[in-house]
Amino acid sequence: MPSLILTAVVRIFFVIMLVGSLWVLLRGHNEPGGGFIGGLVGAAGFSVLALALGVEAARRALVLHPVVLMGAGLAVAFASGVPGILTDGSFLTHQWGTLAGVKLGTTIVFDLGVYMVVVGGVLSFMFRLYAEDAV
Amino acid sequence: MADATALLVLWPVLIPIATAALTAALWKSPVAQRRVGLASLALLLVASLALVWAVIDEGVIAKQFGAWAAPFGISFVADPLSAAMIAISGILAFAVGIFALSDIKERHERAGFHPLFHGLLAGVNGAFLTGDIFNLYVWFEVMLITTLGLLVVQRGRAQIDGALKYAAMNLFGTILFLIAVALLYGATGTLNMADLARILPQMEMSPGLTASALLFLAAFGIKAGVFPLFFWLPASYHTAPIAIAALFAGLLTKVGVYAAFRVFTLMFEMEGGALREIVAVVAALTMITGVFGAAIQWNVRRILSFHIISQIGYMLMGLAIATPVAIAGAVFYIVHHIIVKANLFLLAGAIKHAAGTDDLRKAGGLLKSHPWLAVLFLIPALSLAGIPPLSGFWAKFLVIDASLRVEAWWLAAVALGVGALTLFSMSKIWMEAFWKKPVLVRATPRTVPVAFVVPIALLGAVTLTIGLFADPFVEYARTATAMLVDPTDYIAAVFPGEAPVRTVEYPAATQGAIE
Repeated sequence: MPSLILTAVVRIFFVIMLVGSLWVLLRGHNEPGGGFIGGLVGAAGFSVLALALGVEAARRALVLHPVVLMGAGLAVAFASGVPGILTDGSFLTHQWGTLAGVKLGTTIVFDLGVYMVVVGGVLSFMFRLYAEDAV
Repeated sequence: MADATALLVLWPVLIPIATAALTAALWKSPVAQRRVGLASLALLLVASLALVWAVIDEGVIAKQFGAWAAPFGISFVADPLSAAMIAISGILAFAVGIFALSDIKERHERAGFHPLFHGLLAGVNGAFLTGDIFNLYVWFEVMLITTLGLLVVQRGRAQIDGALKYAAMNLFGTILFLIAVALLYGATGTLNMADLARILPQMEMSPGLTASALLFLAAFGIKAGVFPLFFWLPASYHTAPIAIAALFAGLLTKVGVYAAFRVFTLMFEMEGGALREIVAVVAALTMITGVFGAAIQWNVRRILSFHIISQIGYMLMGLAIATPVAIAGAVFYIVHHIIVKANLFLLAGAIKHAAGTDDLRKAGGLLKSHPWLAVLFLIPALSLAGIPPLSGFWAKFLVIDASLRVEAWWLAAVALGVGALTLFSMSKIWMEAFWKKPVLVRATPRTVPVAFVVPIALLGAVTLTIGLFADPFVEYARTATAMLVDPTDYIAAVFPGEAPVRTVEYPAATQGAIE
């Protein structure tokens, strides 16, 4: 049963949760956080959207099919390890550089991949669970 | 550019992971997934064979993930045993991939067949190559999750039932595994297998370590399907589509056996305590229950599922005897068995297709309608039963010969008896499906797709090659065993900077002089 209050505030919640999840993702660079819990927060945001406005609305908001997102995320995480092969190291040897005073590395690419895998993985069964509930 | 040879250790895992990612990203197009999948399997085959080649050429190859030095980073190590397992699973995956072209329907692909299939291959290859005991646990989990997914790609009551039984038993097994790892880490403070191989021989077998060893044995026993922990196997394998069941039959239980061989040669000694007797009795009971379980079945795939169990007994027998000859025999046995068993499952699929049923009581007449199928069936069937000159004969010969050498008469007698009963089961399939007059006469004969015949013939050719030119394979198994029994090379490959404990085997006469 859709609740009026939830439907009214869900878009604000969704944006806050999504921004929060990205903040957690980036915070993981040096402090507790990272792709995994960031992904969970992000997936929770989409789940709230699905709860309030229905699975179809959440699917539209996600744009990509959850499994596609999962595959793309795995591919991104995989790609982050490849530079390690090309340099003298091994797979997943992360590379570092400085851009305008900020230390950047391929680790953030890996974390982004994890974030996508978690969002895709959680949502691929969450959407189906909600969809079956509605029937 | 990094040293290309050392990188060979990574490809058998990286290729399937990348493919799983790509096929999942191509979710909308099963055709594209199929193409990417097949190309990747061909690539994997090449990479696997290249790895064996490199290991034969250069000995043990090790690589650290992320260039973190051992024992802190995760090592990937290819010794002759793991390289052989990688090569065999590469060949098998390629054959099953071709078979799947006809066997796997679009609804299976829509349920995620391709990402799960390649994910499973990544898990299996990771388990074969990892040099870190906790990492081994992680690969076991990868295998567990993908296996569960594959069991239910065909959605039905029987599949869910099989998957639940599989999940219950195997989750329990992984928990035991995790506890064993925790106990081991508590006692030694390291998880790197090569490091453990250095530390453990110098340690007292404390109660904690003994418990850890027994838990490892139970965890791998569940994975391998040994007595009395096997019942999940015949309850689940026959419910999956043939291509998937063949991959399971070939690889999954053997990962458990491989892990047992790795842990109980590299880390724990079989000599200590009652471990040896336990494994010997378990091996004998596994052989017997498996073969009797098969004797009363009428469904081809169920017969074959029970035979997996009885054959696992032979491999464990090698571990129980634990002489180098016995371990070499068991290594040869694993390689032979993976090919033969998967081939028999593929043949069960072909029989089902040709006869329209896999209940033997209703089948029949295939010798007349599909004579070449009968020939292709005889190769793995007789090999499984151990008829010379096929690969199974040499495998059984090596293991039984080893048991006679240590005068384990009863073990040898059990092995021989079980061999005879295996022949009974195989001749049952032969009599009922091929020889007997057809029960239901069909107006139009059913043809078997080319994609079924090619992998069956390919695997049959491998079996024949191993059987007729057994010598290099036995020699390889001996080399692999030498490395297992004396892990000096394994340790040296993981810790290249440090002076090896012992570089060469000195002849007995000079040993005193050097020391």
